[in-house]
Amino acid sequence: MSETNNKVPTMAEMAASGQSPEILFWVGCAGSFDERYKAVTVAFVKILNKVGVSFAVLGPEESCTGDPARRAGNEFLFQMQAVSNIQVMNGYNIKKVVTACPHCFNTIKNEYPVLGGKYEVIHHSVFLQQLINEGKVGLKGGGEFKGRKITYHDSCYLGRANNIYEAPRKVLEALDAELVEMKRCKTKGFCCGAGGAQMFKDAEKGNKEVNIERTEEALETGADTIAVGCPFCLTMMSDGVKNKEKENAVKVKDLAELIAEAEGL
Amino acid sequence: MEYLQQALFLIVVGVATFILSKRISRIRQNILLGKDVDLSGNKSARLNKMLLVAFGQKKMFKKPIPAILHFFIYFGFMVINLEVLEFILDGIFGTHRLFASHLGSLYGVLMNIFEFLAVAVLFSCIVFLIRRNILKVKRFHNAEMTKWPKLDGNLILVIEIVLMMAILKMNAADQLLQARMPEHYHQTGTLFFSSMLMPIFENFSTGFLVIIERGAWWFHIIGILGFAIYITYSKHLHIALAFPNTYFSDLNPKGQMNNMDAVTNEVNMMLGIATDQDAAPPQEVGRFGAKDVNDLTWKNILNAYSCTECGRCTSECPANQTGKKLSPRKIMMDVRDRADEVGASLAKGGKGLEDGKSLLGDYITKEEINACTSCNACVEACPININPLEIILEMRRFVAMEESGSPAAWNSMFQNIETNFAPWKFAPTDRFNWANDLRAERKEE
Repeated sequence: MSETNNKVPTMAEMAASGQSPEILFWVGCAGSFDERYKAVTVAFVKILNKVGVSFAVLGPEESCTGDPARRAGNEFLFQMQAVSNIQVMNGYNIKKVVTACPHCFNTIKNEYPVLGGKYEVIHHSVFLQQLINEGKVGLKGGGEFKGRKITYHDSCYLGRANNIYEAPRKVLEALDAELVEMKRCKTKGFCCGAGGAQMFKDAEKGNKEVNIERTEEALETGADTIAVGCPFCLTMMSDGVKNKEKENAVKVKDLAELIAEAEGL
Repeated sequence: MEYLQQALFLIVVGVATFILSKRISRIRQNILLGKDVDLSGNKSARLNKMLLVAFGQKKMFKKPIPAILHFFIYFGFMVINLEVLEFILDGIFGTHRLFASHLGSLYGVLMNIFEFLAVAVLFSCIVFLIRRNILKVKRFHNAEMTKWPKLDGNLILVIEIVLMMAILKMNAADQLLQARMPEHYHQTGTLFFSSMLMPIFENFSTGFLVIIERGAWWFHIIGILGFAIYITYSKHLHIALAFPNTYFSDLNPKGQMNNMDAVTNEVNMMLGIATDQDAAPPQEVGRFGAKDVNDLTWKNILNAYSCTECGRCTSECPANQTGKKLSPRKIMMDVRDRADEVGASLAKGGKGLEDGKSLLGDYITKEEINACTSCNACVEACPININPLEIILEMRRFVAMEESGSPAAWNSMFQNIETNFAPWKFAPTDRFNWANDLRAERKEE
């Protein structure tokens, strides 16, 4: 399949031609602006195109969910963002939202309903698992991941915040790689250090950076790939691997990138 | 003489009950310093949580060894309290082992079960003392675990050991007296554990044995009553409050923050959105977020009084484990200390909340609350569903909305969201640029 077949329609374009897509792909700020993480957005779009799901994005109409503002204490700013986003989404009569960012996922799923935004919200790990279960995505020909070790870093906002532990692991199992767990995983998973708006400021004084502590744990598993399902975790773990000068041997990848790679997209 | 003992007993129980009821009402008042929150719904889900987490000790079993030892003490105390009922009835009616004559040989079986549990409690408390003081389990030695919290932890274990020894000593003396004066002492049959102590006492005179048996009886009942009063000042209050505390657990996903409805009204007005509340007069908007205990909810303060300072939260906290000042356990201890301080002041007709101090500032610093990653590890780790995160986030709300005192980097982030609709400084018009290549490829088709 050539790349030229990839469509990225916006809700506005769809509405103009009288169509309403099955899902809204909520890209998020990191998905839109972060140099490294934009590749995850593209990978996920390629998967969506490949399986032929009817989707659209908000494009320039999308704006921050307000999560970092709320966690940093600015409730007013959060609600301003939330209410405007809800107006846009309700305007397009959106029913189903898929996003790769656990922070956007948590906010839209758990915090928008009370403000009038009620949607079925799915994290891309769960969405990918569904595609695998339905046989729409599957390994083709041998698989380049066979025999390789992958470890999965739980995102707090997927795991403890929303009890999603199995879907990302099922996605990795489909790659036919060896999934190795870190000492602290699932409910006891150790944070990457970026949640609660920490992404946007330096850490308080301590004796270690949280992401270094977590990266050391990930490296101890001997895995050559650290899989993540969150843009902040991706940044923090990549920085940690660079700090340990292991960036040539160990890659930090999002679930969508790994699936796209396995699919030859 | 008989009546004198009964009268004395009634006085002791009466005084203890009086002090205890004063303490309970003070703690109740302190908890109700918090704002009201309606947690009356979902009764069956709440009951389930309480049965599973408090009665069933579900979350304790994440750490199997302390869980088993703790279960011995928990179960032992619940069952041994049945014996305390006999103690109290004996004390009131001037009887001796009132239940023995009613239960026949079953009484001996029950006593043996009680003794087994007493020994299990004794054993567990000794292991816990060793863990605390010799093995130095790390979570018992953080910065906040000095002075009173440290002493309190050890005192409870020692008191429990002494109380259990009193039961065994009493039963040993009693069995010797059963042989010497069968007309006065009900036959219990051999009690396995206490009979092992009999050799220590068998050369004593009958009169002295009576004194030992009575002494241990009085020591145990006064000890139990004293212990009940003591725990109202102690972290050990969890033995009672763990039950309501788990009943009032948060039933929403852990990631969900409480919505501030007062803010929603303002936002809707600013954006010109009509709401049902339009007709209603504007709500009295109190302080945004939490500066002091009265800005928290009563559930937050109940959490604080339920905390037994086990430190599982702190030992899972990524900020704490990387050397930051934040300790979720200390947050809970501070809330309780401040509520105690305000309550004590109010009881004396003092200034209470207006004493010039506040929870944030005098007890908890901004450095602590700013270090939180909101990862929910502390909430997950707590065996009785205490939520330190909610308190931390409420204090951040106060700092951001009332003081504009957030870290400079956060203020820039706020500004970026306000002007660029993203936490970073990128033009909103560039938001869709990530798709440029994909979309260009299509146009070239």
